[in-house]
Amino acid sequence: MSFARPSRRWLALAAVGAVCAATFAAAARDVSPGPPPLRDAPDPAAIDGFFHERWTEEDVEPAPAAEELLVLRRLSLALHGTIPSLEEVRAFEADARPDRLTRWTDRLLADRRFAEYWAERLARALVGVHEGNLVLFRRDRFKAWLADRLHRDAPWDETVRRMIAGDGIWTARPEVNFVTAEVENDRLDREALAGRTVRAFLGQRIDCAQCHDHPFAEWSQGDFEGLAAFYGRTAYGLTGVRERTREKGGPKEFAVQDRETLEDRVVAPAVPFAPERLPADYEADSTDRRRALAAWVTHPDNRRFGRATANRAWGLLFGRAWKEPVDDLPDPEPLEPGEAGDLLDRLAASFAGPGEYRLKRLIRTIAASRAFRLSSSAPGTEEAEYERLARAGAVFPLTRLRPEQMIGAMTQAGSVRTLDADSPLFVRAIRFFRTVDFVRNYGDLGEEELIREPGTVPQALLRMNGRLPREIASAQPLGATARLSWFAGPPPRQVEAAFLCTLTRRPTEAETAALAAYYEPGEGKAKAPIEDVYWTLFNAPEFSWNH
Amino acid sequence: MSRFSPGRRSVLAAAASLGLSFALPPLTGRAAERRGAERAKSLLILWMQGGMSQLETFDPHPGTAIGGPTKAVKTSLPGVQFADLLPRTAERADRLNVVRSLTSAEGDHERATYFLKTGYRPDPTVQHPSAGAVAAYASPPEGLEIPAHVALNPAQWAPRGGYLGARFDAFQVHDPGRPPANLRDWAAPARRERRLAGLDALSRSFAAGRPGQLARSRHDEATEEALAMMDSPQVGAFEIDEESAALRAAYGDTRFGRGCLVARRLIETGVRAVEVTLNGFDTHADNFGGMATQAESLDPALAALLDDLTARDLLQSTVVLVMTEFGRTPRINPLDGRDHWPKGFSCLVGGGGLASGRVIGATDPAGEKEPTDPVRVQDLFATVFDTLGIDPEEEEMTPIGRPLKRAEGAPLAALRV
Repeated sequence: MSFARPSRRWLALAAVGAVCAATFAAAARDVSPGPPPLRDAPDPAAIDGFFHERWTEEDVEPAPAAEELLVLRRLSLALHGTIPSLEEVRAFEADARPDRLTRWTDRLLADRRFAEYWAERLARALVGVHEGNLVLFRRDRFKAWLADRLHRDAPWDETVRRMIAGDGIWTARPEVNFVTAEVENDRLDREALAGRTVRAFLGQRIDCAQCHDHPFAEWSQGDFEGLAAFYGRTAYGLTGVRERTREKGGPKEFAVQDRETLEDRVVAPAVPFAPERLPADYEADSTDRRRALAAWVTHPDNRRFGRATANRAWGLLFGRAWKEPVDDLPDPEPLEPGEAGDLLDRLAASFAGPGEYRLKRLIRTIAASRAFRLSSSAPGTEEAEYERLARAGAVFPLTRLRPEQMIGAMTQAGSVRTLDADSPLFVRAIRFFRTVDFVRNYGDLGEEELIREPGTVPQALLRMNGRLPREIASAQPLGATARLSWFAGPPPRQVEAAFLCTLTRRPTEAETAALAAYYEPGEGKAKAPIEDVYWTLFNAPEFSWNH
Repeated sequence: MSRFSPGRRSVLAAAASLGLSFALPPLTGRAAERRGAERAKSLLILWMQGGMSQLETFDPHPGTAIGGPTKAVKTSLPGVQFADLLPRTAERADRLNVVRSLTSAEGDHERATYFLKTGYRPDPTVQHPSAGAVAAYASPPEGLEIPAHVALNPAQWAPRGGYLGARFDAFQVHDPGRPPANLRDWAAPARRERRLAGLDALSRSFAAGRPGQLARSRHDEATEEALAMMDSPQVGAFEIDEESAALRAAYGDTRFGRGCLVARRLIETGVRAVEVTLNGFDTHADNFGGMATQAESLDPALAALLDDLTARDLLQSTVVLVMTEFGRTPRINPLDGRDHWPKGFSCLVGGGGLASGRVIGATDPAGEKEPTDPVRVQDLFATVFDTLGIDPEEEEMTPIGRPLKRAEGAPLAALRV
């Protein structure tokens, strides 16, 4: 009677099927995370006001509001580096209460994935991408420290002060890796450190001033040397980073080689402007030069600090900084008392709050603004008009997904459930392994966080023929494609679910028809047409773009 | 290579019917058929990653305190010796030129690699293109269906397009001799046509309301180029099966040897710039054992490559550079190793119409004085570009609004014919 006894294989398949059916059904009506609560509502009025004036001035009609699902996709890509899962899409759609986008922004910000993702993105500007000398520099420790600060929404000015002025060893006091990241050729490159400090926190590039006067702003070589001298007494050794005031029996001085005489010349620390913002007890021969610099950089009157941070946060949310390059801002225009200033001033105001800088408050404000929620499509425009709208911030900018966003999106699209820190370990392990390989092929922009790059042939080859997208799209029992083909219903319903899993929107009728054609019998029909639906969606320009 | 060809016609037809703008490659005047002066010039860099010791290669000082146990052999150039680890290369020294006085100020691997690959020292505000990217950009090959800039066996810091854009990044091949990754289409032609039809529908709907943006992204263009490459017979240049067993043996059955053979095939096909990496030169400990191992890969491959390029009349149109990020210290450390030394190291440069058989500069046998006739990295780059027919003085506007020359130096008069 062996024919009547189900084989072990069939039992296993049936079990997998039951689990899949259950999870897919759960995902289809999932409200398990529950609608997030509303905290104090962000007030984007100042930003909306800025754009209202700008659009009136430029005489442009802004694009219509984007579908809320697409705004959710933007938020998820910007804050978590991935797209929403089908599970999240269903829960979002089931949330009928007003202000759901604002509440979902809060949920994304509260999720640990936000802190981890932003720590990596910010670390690129703060310590670069190289892993460096393991003895003196631990990028992983720095990132973990930064992620903790971001998760708690610790005041950003305090975070910055600790990076500039921190003492100690790179593992126990990870913030000092900001300093040791510039140990190159067996010496601490103080000029490079000064350059990074100004680029990362003041949004200005003074590195050109290292060999000649800066062509655009009023930074001079002398200004640059004066700033580098703040790091002139910074020493590092097996006991960590600390200030050392004496050397060879005399005071430790910062010297540079004079380009004319080729002789060393001692340089005293000096700031290029507003010396009154240095601490009152500070003198040029103080023992703690870095603390003085940190106080000066984060001084409440230093508009460059808030503006630079706001421009970078804007860039991470929109995929494009408001002023580009992100770290080469013009000097701020003088403001009359009561004047709101330009967009960056207004953003900085919403960021600064009463005496402390909160990144999450800044992000919530930007995410609630009308500009963030515009469509990237302006129907009926010609190219020149579209470009005009783009320059005025009257359409949402189109930007290419970064490699890790691309992997995040593909991997998430392969599962109907949300892949988060709680996902089974093996999923994350595979994800990590594939990620490294994928990034190598896809091309990483390194420190150039916000540079737009056109598509490349290796990227296209990877999307079309690569192992990762192929495995994700293959209709295996635990993957999304198999679940969709088994449980989503007839082809048009499968296409719709695949759209939600990959593009976070529903297809148009024409799109449904084009992809449902894959299910028609005839030459070229795939064994599992859902795999070709996925292939097409992965290769569609829309999938590769934030829009 | 035939494996990729069945789908070709049908994809071209499908693409044409979809309105995808294929530029059909010209069928005549292929680079592969051209020889000598009528060929466009290519750049071939053999990259010795990790900092190759000049003392155990092209600038030995036998019998001195700095020379260590390394012996020297005569080369085909009168009075010029190479380390005896490179006997076959030594016999062919007259085909290229030896620079023994290359000087740089970068002693950190990453920074020095950047300098020696781009001709510019690292600058946090701009990403400079590597020499190969400049060559591919300034002198785009005609009728080429595979990438114009290729890195074989790249380790860290593969050559990049920098401010010229990611499309000039080197196409990376990690196991030379085997077909590059992701070139195989898993779908049969008819199935591919279905997919492309669907893709076209999605492209069109995304373009609606976003006029001009899709073209700017080069998304569809890159897809088309990738499809053309998947089906092109030129991808056969990445494989070495059809080369004779004797030739493959001459190059050496090593990753680097296969890379050099593939490099010759790519150059012959019309690829503008190829870099082949030999990793493992960071000999802080046991420099002499390490260099012997490295030479086992380098010597046969370089010698076979020079013979092959000569036999096929490709050397006159190919600038060959054997270079590294820095040299090694004259002083031998207690671990029998040598440390980083940017103040006087060696490279080989030649071909492409440059003079040959010349030696520039000499290092101090005591390892104390500066080398004579020092050659700056910038000048080496200017020489290479000048030889490739690319004006080193020409300026390119960078994304930060600062115009930059292709190279900051001047061509070396000593290498002119």
